[in-house]
Amino acid sequence: MTDQRAGTERRPTEGQVTGRPPEATDRAEGWAATTLEAKAAGSEDIGEASLWSDAWRSLRKNPFFLVGAVLLTVFLLMAAFPTLFTRTDPRDCDLSRSADGPSAGAWFGYDVQGCDYYANVVHGAQVSVSIGFLAMLGTLLIGVVIGSLAGYYGGWIDSLLARLADIFYGLPLILGAFILLSVLPDRGVLEVALALVVFGWMTAMRLVRSTVVSVKEADYVQAARALGGSTGRVLTRHILPNAVAPVLVYSTIYVGTLIAAEATLTFLGIGLQLPEISWGLQINSAQNRLRDAAHLIFFPSAFLSLTVLSFILIGDALRDALDPKLR
Amino acid sequence: MTTSDPVLEVEDLSVEFRTPKGVVRAVNEISYQVGTGETLAILGESGSGKSVSVQAVMGILDSPPGYVTGGRVLFEGRDLLTASAEEQRAVRGPGISMIFQDALSALNPVFTVGHQIAEMFRAHRGTSRKEAREAAIELLDRVHIPAARRRAGSFPHQFSGGMRQRVMIAMALALDPKVLIADEPTTALDVTVQAQIMELLQELQRDTGMGLLLITHDLGVVNEVADRVVVMYAGRVVETGTVDEVFTDPTHPYTEGLMASVPAVEAKGTRLRPIVGTPPDLARIPPGCAFHPRCPRRVLENAPPGKDCDDDVPLLLPVGAPGRASACHYREEVLHA
Amino acid sequence: MGRYIARRLLLTIPVLIGASFLIFAMVYALPGDPIRALAGDRPLSEAVQAQLRAEYNLDDPLWLQYVKYVGGLLQGDFGTDFSGRAVLDTIEQRLPVTAKLAAVAVFFEAVIGLVAGILAGIRRGSFFDNLVLVTTTLIVSIPVFVLGFVAQYLFGLRFPIFPTSGINEGLYSYLLPGLVLASLSLAYVARLTRTSLAENLRQDYVRTARAKGLKPSVVVGKHTLRNSLIPVVTYIGADVGSLMAGAIVTETIFNIPGLGRAVYDSVLRQEGAVVVGIVTLFVFFYIFFNLVVDVLYALLDPRIRYD
Repeated sequence: MTDQRAGTERRPTEGQVTGRPPEATDRAEGWAATTLEAKAAGSEDIGEASLWSDAWRSLRKNPFFLVGAVLLTVFLLMAAFPTLFTRTDPRDCDLSRSADGPSAGAWFGYDVQGCDYYANVVHGAQVSVSIGFLAMLGTLLIGVVIGSLAGYYGGWIDSLLARLADIFYGLPLILGAFILLSVLPDRGVLEVALALVVFGWMTAMRLVRSTVVSVKEADYVQAARALGGSTGRVLTRHILPNAVAPVLVYSTIYVGTLIAAEATLTFLGIGLQLPEISWGLQINSAQNRLRDAAHLIFFPSAFLSLTVLSFILIGDALRDALDPKLR
Repeated sequence: MTTSDPVLEVEDLSVEFRTPKGVVRAVNEISYQVGTGETLAILGESGSGKSVSVQAVMGILDSPPGYVTGGRVLFEGRDLLTASAEEQRAVRGPGISMIFQDALSALNPVFTVGHQIAEMFRAHRGTSRKEAREAAIELLDRVHIPAARRRAGSFPHQFSGGMRQRVMIAMALALDPKVLIADEPTTALDVTVQAQIMELLQELQRDTGMGLLLITHDLGVVNEVADRVVVMYAGRVVETGTVDEVFTDPTHPYTEGLMASVPAVEAKGTRLRPIVGTPPDLARIPPGCAFHPRCPRRVLENAPPGKDCDDDVPLLLPVGAPGRASACHYREEVLHA
Repeated sequence: MGRYIARRLLLTIPVLIGASFLIFAMVYALPGDPIRALAGDRPLSEAVQAQLRAEYNLDDPLWLQYVKYVGGLLQGDFGTDFSGRAVLDTIEQRLPVTAKLAAVAVFFEAVIGLVAGILAGIRRGSFFDNLVLVTTTLIVSIPVFVLGFVAQYLFGLRFPIFPTSGINEGLYSYLLPGLVLASLSLAYVARLTRTSLAENLRQDYVRTARAKGLKPSVVVGKHTLRNSLIPVVTYIGADVGSLMAGAIVTETIFNIPGLGRAVYDSVLRQEGAVVVGIVTLFVFFYIFFNLVVDVLYALLDPRIRYD
């Protein structure tokens, strides 16, 4: 009996945690109410810390997260240091071996120009990951700035920005970026990232806006304002930290979406251009060889999909860990 | 006190929750009976297992994580726990019925209240759509909802809190149940509305002779409407007896503490004495008597064999008048203090 | 209800104008000379170029061009492409193709997505639930054009069951591209249904339904599902508009002569009038189906107020 106390891990949220599902928990009732309230108030300051430590605890045990983390590490390394994975020059080509299939000497075979396909596919990671992160950062920048403005000031500014978002929502990401890129004279990494930001900032903005709206009337925010905190300080110190968790989940998954979007645009012939090395270009130039050289489509497609998958796995796991309600 | 045969008998019922953090014993070998026309109150604070125990009786425990691990639930002599799912279902509604604390979340938001009441007749008696609707309107009228015919077509969110609880009661009483379980029926309501709802429940009980099992933490409500009371603490029954006996002369220090912590009209001017400490986490129930860390009468040293408060679990044993029982090693001392 | 719809309609007007102007501005204001692009390698005489510019209002300021364009739209004139063919002709010819493709896709999305989501949601943690979780994660991770190739390879080359190009075999030729077009939304619908159902199963009213002695099939199939499907139905409704615009990738891969393929071809040929006309139509559909969803939502959930 006495062993019950020892050896059981103490959790910061104990007291509110009984074995029952939250819905079945009675309200703080009768004379017990005051003690319960005191307890809840006392645990508020550790609430934030325990959110992240609880999240980390559940992430470590989530196999989807572990798979995603391993995949992501591999592809980030591949993007940053492609020579870790291959010493072969992707531009060392020999037409005599054009579209040869995989062999012991060349694991992924050769492309139409007769270049080593493994080296090419490995080097393709760089632009995909760069565009994914660049576009995500741009999206976040716009999302946080516009979302904070709309949420904090409300009124006509909010309505105006909401209508603006509605207008951009009318054009899906791929379609809008496709048309914008088609009229740009040069299309490199920056231009593609820019096009994806222009037609993709709205969801991040709404996410930030709704967080700002939900906490700006909270007592501690009012208190910070009453104590003479400037708008910028109140926003960055007291309001925006609440948006970190949802924005982190969203942007992790969104990097995957952006990488897929870039590949799609490039595949459609309107994204990156030769001589850039990219998965979209590789699939594009092989699209008519499905019948006789399927490996030319398979390998870049697999790398592309696995990269997107790694972001989605991590994002999903993060959401489950940070929002226990959905578990 | 009624002497009729009990309609509902709960014997040694145990419920546990199997959570990732371990097994939690929410209800530990509790027993009680409800007779025809009788009102039994189960009194306890949150986490005492009172709601869980009636959910187990009703067969609506969320499983997983909740499991009944022992005991019997006899309705008119038949054990519901071993009955087939089909038999259990047939009892819910015509046999035992239940109302909940928060009628807004307990009623389905997308169906009209008329439909939700009529559903009882349609499901159990196969009544025609039209007749079921008429019966539903009649019931709404019986729980004193004005303009019942018109209101039958309204959705739950279009009612006030008190009216919603009346709808809930109408639905529960549709098939003239033998026992009505009311789980904190007035907690979510304003004080004046609380009284109206309790009055309505008593009125309906007089008319139908049903047994009423009232789950509450409100001593005032217990004092006013209940015949007998079962006091629960940390998943166990700590005291049971008639309301008069228990309220005037408790035999368990926990009950004593409860009585001292609420204002009584006759004791105006005296200080309220709250029970020190907090109710235990069910995953870490103290050894021995679960109440001992908060108990002003605990004996930890020089206790006679088998009566050590932090080591020996006290059994629920008879004390005082016939029918009374207390789970305290020193019940006699408490009674005569 | 009528006033509610009218108000929502009014709100869509600025959005429609804004979105169409955005497309218009991108196509006509940004660098790149459509006349020169049209001419290609053949040099056009100055006179011919000037005449073409006048014909397409290319010398007017942008806003005036737009006003003239909208004026034409209101009279049912979508303009003409460089070969003199009315854009409206192209739309009339290709809209049914895209509509059929979108209909097939919505069918797959609703049927497969709902069934998978419901079965997974009822039995959380079961093998099937995990299967749905893993499958939907994979589907969402694979870009649609890659999925298109996978489908063509599997069902066109390995096991030649479905046609993989064109629309010569009637409805049958829409099945594979329809499934590919639906894939992403299908995964979302399955996930959404699963989450929504699982969430609703924990609601108090489900416990009440059980306490009423209702059959488990009624508790889940009527009480829980009716609530769970509200977000799903609205998602599917709003998705119809997006699917039409999303057809640009699918129609290109499967060589389907619909509106998406027309946008793709026209963008590459810099046929501004066709691009603006069709994409404006896409925006219109998107807004229209969102409006439908708003009304649907109000009908499905009695708690929503119209005013």
